[in-house]
Amino acid sequence: MKKLILVMAALLLAVPGAIAAEKEMKVGFVYVSPIGDAGWSYAHDQARLALEAMDGVSTSYVEAVQEGPDSERVMLNMARKGYDVIFATSFGYMDPMLKVAKQFPKVTFMHCSGFKLAPNMGNYFGRMYQARYLSGMVAGAMTRSNTLGYVAAFPIPEVIRGINAFALGAQSVNPKVRVRVVWTKTWYDPATEKEAAKSLLDVGADVIAQHQDSPGPQEAAEEKGVYSIGYNTDMSAFAPKAHLTAPIWNWAPFYKEVVDQVRKGTWKSQSTWSGIKEGIVDLAPFGPMVPKAVQDKVLAKKKELVGGKDDLFSGPIKDQSGKIQVAAGKTASDSELLGMKYFVQGVVGTLQ
Amino acid sequence: MTRFRVYKRQEPLGWGSCLVFLGAVAVSLLVSGLLLSIQGKPAFRGILLLIQSAFFSSWAVEDCLIKAVPIFLCSLGVSIAFRLQIWNIGAEGQYAMGAIGATWMALKFGHLPGLILLPAMFMAAAILGAVWGFIPALFKVRLRANEIIVTLMLNYIGILFLDYLVYGPWKDPASFGFPMTKEFPPAAVVGAIGTTRLNWGLLVCIVTGVAFWIFFKYTRLGFELRASGENPRAARYARIPYSGLVLLVMSLSGMLAGWAGLLEASASLNRLQPSIMAGYGYTAIVVAWLSQLNPLVIGIASFLLAGLRVGLETLQLDLQVPAAFGAILEGLILLTVLAGGFFSRYEIRRRGAAPALARPQDKQHP
Repeated sequence: MKKLILVMAALLLAVPGAIAAEKEMKVGFVYVSPIGDAGWSYAHDQARLALEAMDGVSTSYVEAVQEGPDSERVMLNMARKGYDVIFATSFGYMDPMLKVAKQFPKVTFMHCSGFKLAPNMGNYFGRMYQARYLSGMVAGAMTRSNTLGYVAAFPIPEVIRGINAFALGAQSVNPKVRVRVVWTKTWYDPATEKEAAKSLLDVGADVIAQHQDSPGPQEAAEEKGVYSIGYNTDMSAFAPKAHLTAPIWNWAPFYKEVVDQVRKGTWKSQSTWSGIKEGIVDLAPFGPMVPKAVQDKVLAKKKELVGGKDDLFSGPIKDQSGKIQVAAGKTASDSELLGMKYFVQGVVGTLQ
Repeated sequence: MTRFRVYKRQEPLGWGSCLVFLGAVAVSLLVSGLLLSIQGKPAFRGILLLIQSAFFSSWAVEDCLIKAVPIFLCSLGVSIAFRLQIWNIGAEGQYAMGAIGATWMALKFGHLPGLILLPAMFMAAAILGAVWGFIPALFKVRLRANEIIVTLMLNYIGILFLDYLVYGPWKDPASFGFPMTKEFPPAAVVGAIGTTRLNWGLLVCIVTGVAFWIFFKYTRLGFELRASGENPRAARYARIPYSGLVLLVMSLSGMLAGWAGLLEASASLNRLQPSIMAGYGYTAIVVAWLSQLNPLVIGIASFLLAGLRVGLETLQLDLQVPAAFGAILEGLILLTVLAGGFFSRYEIRRRGAAPALARPQDKQHP
């Protein structure tokens, strides 16, 4: 009995002490696709695991959450269950998140790839186009047919910007190059995406790039014996002979920073759009088939970007019809980049 | 030679079928628990968590009711067609067309007051949904085209039409190129009931459910429908206008799915966007069958299925089981309940043994 009282007393003393020291942070993630083993959600989940390793932070997630009403309920449940920070990593979660954020002013909400803000809701994204440009340089140097294939997801500015950056990067080393685009209208559908890649191979593409989360296009390139550029994470395991490199996401440093800021009370609602300089996007290691000279050229360009010089969308840039979109001597502004609705010259395909 | 044979039950099981249902659910939960423990997750806690977060927390019932609304309406819709043995697989497309109709009104006449705008949206959703049901019905009665194929194909056309609109003419210029329409004006939003998150779509469900029940129970047309469904040939001999009935049920079926689309667009999303297509049209087919086409049971089944999906999210969040586990569990429950349905209609007896509750005249046909 005495022992029991002692234990109880110890517990009573210990609990307030623990709270005073540092509150355990609960961080929730909402993913649009299954975590899988290579794609968009996988990249975010790798960063979640990095958070989990931090002291006093526990994390959880719900995967394959439909955009729309389902996502609102998932975020509501996280807020109700006392999560301190909620990351939602798909564009369609924006409005639902805004609704939930208004009901839970003490919870910090972070939305990836959107544009709406609230006092307790920030948004963030990365300048993936920088890494896309670099991967385009690799593709442009490696192609023999001067035809690059791009398996594209949805005709939205993020994807269009990526295709344009890829094309400009390729043209910077090989002016004759053409980028052929096929839309799958999917984010994750391995079979459809593989078929789309095959259709590009049939019209003579010998480097396949992609925007979706499945390694389907990589496999198609590997089977045909041509080259490929991955996306999201290093996809070389799926296509060891084809995979030249990949523009990849590295969310961990940013997520750690956000959680730290929230814990210290210094977090502020803002839009973050950082790039290769901050390390949020990067280029996966080169495959052994990429010659040293090409690697050096790409790395030199990367060094410029890391140094803060981003002239990738500097004029003159013409669209498919030949109309000047960015005048000579000018560089596209962030809002022009974020709302991009045209293909640059050298891209073969429609925006439908 | 086996010693057991399957016999068709001569008397309906009545309350026994309720027991069979509960038994089936118990079996599937048991297997799910087993699957959980194989993954190294706490099985008992997991199942408890699933049930608790689906039905026994303060907000769970609200969440489930919200989610059940579109499932119920689509399911009620297809069940009308199924009564006539017309296999409407097209609720998904009819749902899309309903959402399109409602959005059209909301965007075009957004300046009108809600009292005019909302009925107009209901009309437009009903008409477009009904047309999407009427077309395959017409193909069936005129050209004898198989309605399963035609409704299925029309799903793709409906969904692609929706995509075309939100990527093209209806895209909100302020959406940074993302496929979505402008937000509906407040007058075009089916509002919340009091301070809850529930919306008045729930009332639509109750009214249509009751209307459906009265229609089949007390009207001549309803009787004709049931009779024709059970025996189309006999119905023709009785001069029941079978073709007319096919056109009618398919239109009604489409109308209800259309309203589900309207409610999702207006009350849940406040706009039209591709993510409105959540597969309710296909879920509806399963729910309708599970419920043996009875509107009250459809209501209960929609609620339970919604609860299952809500509970699975919590299971994911708290135990970090993969989303695919949810799909497996759902499939497991549907499968065992359907298999359980077998036991309510048939019994397994020893050869030659007297049937349970046998009436005297049955003994002449062992």
